[in-house]
Amino acid sequence: MSERDDEKLSYGPEDIRGLDYGTDLGDPGRFPFTRGIHEDMYRGRLWTMRQFSGFGSAKDTNERYHFLLDRGQTGLSVAFDMPTIMGRDSDDPLAQGEVGRCGVAIDSVADMEQLFDGIPLAEVSTSMTINGPAGILLAFYIVAAERQGAGWKSVRGTIQNDILKEYIAQKSWLFPPEPSLRIITDILAFCTDKVPQWNTISISGYHIREAGSTAVQELAFTLADGFTYVEAGIAAGLDVDAFAPRLSFFFNAHNNLFEEVAKYRAARRIWARRMRDRYGAKDPRSWTMRFHTQTAGCSLTAQQPEVNIVRTAYQALAAVLGGTQSLHTNSMDETHALPTEKACQIALRTQQILAYESGVPDVVDPLAGSYYIESLTNEMERQAEEYFRRIEEIGGVIEGIEAGFFQKEIADAAYRYQKDIEAERNVVVGVNRFVDPDEKLEIAVLKIDPAVERDQIERLGKSKAKRDADAVQRSLAALAECARGEGNLMPPIVACARVGCTLGEIVDALREVFGTWREPQAL
Amino acid sequence: MVEGGDKIIRVLVAKPGLDGHDRGAKVIARAFRDAGMEVVYTGLHQTPEMITETAVQEDVDVVALSILSGAHMTIFPRVQTLLKEKNAHDILIIGGGIIPEEDMRQLESQGIGKLFGPGTSTGDAVAYIREWMKKRSGS
Repeated sequence: MSERDDEKLSYGPEDIRGLDYGTDLGDPGRFPFTRGIHEDMYRGRLWTMRQFSGFGSAKDTNERYHFLLDRGQTGLSVAFDMPTIMGRDSDDPLAQGEVGRCGVAIDSVADMEQLFDGIPLAEVSTSMTINGPAGILLAFYIVAAERQGAGWKSVRGTIQNDILKEYIAQKSWLFPPEPSLRIITDILAFCTDKVPQWNTISISGYHIREAGSTAVQELAFTLADGFTYVEAGIAAGLDVDAFAPRLSFFFNAHNNLFEEVAKYRAARRIWARRMRDRYGAKDPRSWTMRFHTQTAGCSLTAQQPEVNIVRTAYQALAAVLGGTQSLHTNSMDETHALPTEKACQIALRTQQILAYESGVPDVVDPLAGSYYIESLTNEMERQAEEYFRRIEEIGGVIEGIEAGFFQKEIADAAYRYQKDIEAERNVVVGVNRFVDPDEKLEIAVLKIDPAVERDQIERLGKSKAKRDADAVQRSLAALAECARGEGNLMPPIVACARVGCTLGEIVDALREVFGTWREPQAL
Repeated sequence: MVEGGDKIIRVLVAKPGLDGHDRGAKVIARAFRDAGMEVVYTGLHQTPEMITETAVQEDVDVVALSILSGAHMTIFPRVQTLLKEKNAHDILIIGGGIIPEEDMRQLESQGIGKLFGPGTSTGDAVAYIREWMKKRSGS
C-alpha cells in the first residue's frame, strides 16, 4: 500500500538531492511549514485530545461528555446520528430505526441546550462532525450558547462543513453541489463577521481514506477540495485573508507510519505554497495548515479486537510525529458497535501516554532530515501535484464529482486493498495471518436502548407543541425567500433556530428551493 | 446458463437507510461480479420498500444489505417481511456491516441468512451463496 519504491532497501543522500532546507523545509513555524506550524510545537502546547463521541439522546451524550472531561479530555467532538446528518427530524419516516444509533439525535435548539448542559460554551471548544446541515447545527449551537450567556465572539469550535468530500466519499449531502457551495460561502462570511473564533470548514481527508483511498489520494483530493473552497470564497468577493485563517483540515492516520508522517508534512508544504503563491494570501495564518487527525477506523479488525489498541497507538504516534493540532484515537471495539466507556478511556489513555510518557513531544519534527522521510515527503507532493493536474484537466473538483472521477478512483483503490488482503499481499494480523481459530469475542459491547427513538420523538412532539406556530411559519417563509434570492442564509437560519424550528423543517424549506442530488452511479 | 447447467446467480446489493458509507457495498458487489454472478447495485438511501421492489423486479436470488448505521435490527426484519408479502419466499437475505455478534445471532435465528462483519473475506460470502443455491435447487 505504500507509495514508496518497494524495491528500495535504504535511502541516502542521492534520494534528497536538490532538497533545499530554506525553501523546502524551513525552520518550524516558518514558511513553507513542512516542519510544523509552531516554532515550539508541543513544548508550547500539547495537541488537543478530542474524542469524537455521541449516541442515544442528548442527555445520554451529555453524560459521556462529562465522563470524558472528568478524565482529562481537553475538547469536545460531537457525533450526530444519521437522521441529523441527513437533515431529518427524529419523527421522519426515513429516520425509523436510526435515531440515536450511530450518534446523538439533535432536532432543535432544545436538544442542543441539553447536550451541553453543565458545560460552559464560553470555555470549551467543540467540534461538530456535520456537513449538509452544518449551518443549521451551528445556528443551534450559537443560540444555545447565548442562552447560557456566552456571546458569539467567545465561542470556539469547528463545523466540518466540507460538502465536497461528501460527494466524493462519505455520501451525506442534502442539496446539489452549487447551492451547497453557496451555503458554505455564506457561513464563511457570517462567521468572519459574527463568530470570529469559529473554524468554518474542516477540509477532510479522513472519510476519503476510510472510503478506501490511498494516502496520496487522500492528500491530493483533500487539498483539491481546499483549493475549491478558497476559490469559491474569493469568487464570492471575500478577502482571502479574511476567511482562510479559519479553514482547518482533518486527516486520517493509517498503518504505514512513515508514509503518514510524510503525508502531513507534504500537506503543509503544498498548502502554504498555494495559498501564498497562487491565491495571494499575505497573512501567515492563511498559509499555515492546522489539522485534526483521527486514527484509521477502517484499519481496525473485528477479530481479536483488543489488538486494535496497539494499531491505534502506532497510528497516533504517526499523527504526533506529523505535527497534528488535535487527535482522536479510536476505541478497540468500534468494529462491533459504538464504544463502551472502558474502551473510550483506553483510547484516551493512549494519547496521554504519548503526551506524557513517550518523550515524542519534546522535540519539533524529530524525523526531519531523514533521507527516507524527506524523500517520501517529496514523493507524496509530486504525486499529489500529478492529481491536481488531472483534476484541472477534468475542469475542477465539482466537474470531477459530476463525472464520478473521485468516486471511481476511490472504489478502485478500495477493491485493490481488499484483493491484496485476500491474496495475502497485505498482512492483517488476526485476519489473514496469526488467526486465532478458537476465538471468542470477550469484550463488552455498547447497547443503545430501543426506547431512545420513542422518547426522542415524544420530546420533539412536546417541544413543537410549545412553539409560537405563526413565528415558525414566518421564519421558514423568510428563509425560503432568502434562498430564492442572494442574501446570506445564516441570519434567517438563526432566526428559525430561535423560534424553535426543527432541523427537518429548516432543511425542507431549503430543499424546496435548492432541490436534491443523485450521484452518478459507478461500481 | 453456464457450463454444467448451473444457473447464473443474481444478487441485489443494497444500501438501505440514510447512511452513505458505501465502501463495503461496492467492494462486495465487485467481488460477486468477479465470481461470475450478475449483480444489481441499488445505490444509496434505499428504503426497504424500494429494495424489495427492485429484488422482485430484477428476479434476484439473493439480497445483500450493507448496514453500518446501527439500524440493522429494524431494516433486516422489515425487508424480510416485505419479501414474504410479495411471495418472494425463496430469496436469500444476507448482509454485512458493523453488527454486534449478539444481534447477528438474533437475526439469523429469525431466518435471515448469514451476516458478515468487518474482516470477512469476500470469498467466504461467495462460497456461502453458492452453497445456499445448491441447497435450494436440491430441495
